[in-house]
Amino acid sequence: MQLAFFLIFAGLAVAGALSFLLQRHPINSALSLVVVMLSLAVLYWSLGAEFLAAAQVIVYSGAVMVLFVFVIMLLNAGEELRTRGSKAAYIAGFPGAAAIFCLLTFVFLSRRTPLGYAHPGVLNAAAGEGSSNIAQISTLLFRDLLLPFEVTSILILVAILGAVVLARKEQ
Amino acid sequence: MSSLTPIEIFVLLSLIKVALVIAIMLGAVTYTVLLERKVVGRIQNRWGPSRVGPFGLLQTAIDGAKLFLKEDMIPSHVYKPLYLIAPLIALVCALLSISVVPFGAPLYFHGVNLFQITDINIGLLVILGVTSIGVYGIAISGWASNNKYSLLGSVRSTSQMVSYELALGLSLVGVVLRARSLSLREIVASQSAHGLLTWNAFGGFQFIAFFVYLIAAYAETNRSPFDLVEAESELTGGYHTEYSSIKFAMFFMAEYANMITVSCVATLLFFGGAGSPFGHLIPAFGGRFLQAALPVFWFVSKVFFFLFLYIWVRGTLPRFRYDQLMAFGWKFLLPVAMANIVITSLVYAFHG
Repeated sequence: MQLAFFLIFAGLAVAGALSFLLQRHPINSALSLVVVMLSLAVLYWSLGAEFLAAAQVIVYSGAVMVLFVFVIMLLNAGEELRTRGSKAAYIAGFPGAAAIFCLLTFVFLSRRTPLGYAHPGVLNAAAGEGSSNIAQISTLLFRDLLLPFEVTSILILVAILGAVVLARKEQ
Repeated sequence: MSSLTPIEIFVLLSLIKVALVIAIMLGAVTYTVLLERKVVGRIQNRWGPSRVGPFGLLQTAIDGAKLFLKEDMIPSHVYKPLYLIAPLIALVCALLSISVVPFGAPLYFHGVNLFQITDINIGLLVILGVTSIGVYGIAISGWASNNKYSLLGSVRSTSQMVSYELALGLSLVGVVLRARSLSLREIVASQSAHGLLTWNAFGGFQFIAFFVYLIAAYAETNRSPFDLVEAESELTGGYHTEYSSIKFAMFFMAEYANMITVSCVATLLFFGGAGSPFGHLIPAFGGRFLQAALPVFWFVSKVFFFLFLYIWVRGTLPRFRYDQLMAFGWKFLLPVAMANIVITSLVYAFHG
């Protein structure tokens, strides 16, 4: 039954990603990306990372993608014209994608024992009973990896300041 | 009952709970509309609806029937798929949050909690996540309507909702710190020690967070005094201008269902949920049925108080201007919510 659950939501994620690439109207692409994010959140939940799933829904689909949709709405981007595609994309693109796919499949199948199989609740079982998902993430983030966390927040602050400076009107 | 396996009992009871809660929720939405019209009418020194049915009680039912029977127009050149999906998203997300709300004391029947549909251990995050997804209903509806005024109204509403979501989420962290869990049942249980005095808004010292939450929730549900979306483009109506009949009714119901959800969350997090304000002062009396029904009565009366507060504020305060609204959300509410988190965590760090 876990397999059926995984197949449904992974299939939905792949279908959403394909739709994101193949749609002609940008708003349809943005909404397909939202479907992909939500399916990923469900897959995280099925692996036992419920806090990560909720964070994915709240931050990714609920804030970042809303801003994407916002921009598309304001720019009033219309449907794109269908072009014939460049020759370079056909010559290097499809074989390249097939090569990467074969490489990844080979790596995952040959090293399947060290990588392990994912089944629901594996994270909670590994850390032992009594410590919830949030406690584990918080311990890692705020105790063991505190310096990278603080540096990342400063990095994001610099990015925001840069955006504000760039978007300011010239006096 | 003994002939069914536990999983079948679970599925059956869950389906019955879901059906009952949806029915009660939709009835509550209907009568909240009536409550609002009568209370706002009284504030404005007039009767509300009083002709249809005794004391106007059948007014909203008849209004609903009228809305369903109206002509269902679809304007030309709207972007049809999104135009039709947007009210669905708004209504589904509005009705979804009620599934994690415990509206009574835990009462287990064959292993199934009868007064809560599901107790997820990140219940609070589910409510926040569903609120975030509900923004899409409004964003898409304004854009798909092929109408400049709808687009402007929905863009303003989206930016307002996204801004106040931050203050909303941050104001709840103090409550989570006290309860040490995100599960709504645990949060209610952490406030049940001494009745009124241990509720988060009083004895838990989260009154600042309580006010931040209330203000952010009023902005989140697009209600007065933050309702410039519905009434500012007063001549045109904002994001639901181009919707008629059933689709408009869905937006309407979604707004009131959001109000009810926000009131439920406020009672759970700050007012002790289904707990009695007298705590253990009054010994348990009456039979088991009364013991099970009394917490539900307390919960419903607290939710009713919050709904009344919503409507009272609507009838009393004037509307915010858009720049005042954004400045208030980002420059005042967000720092106050963050300061509340810092102070609460300092107190817990030093007092253990």
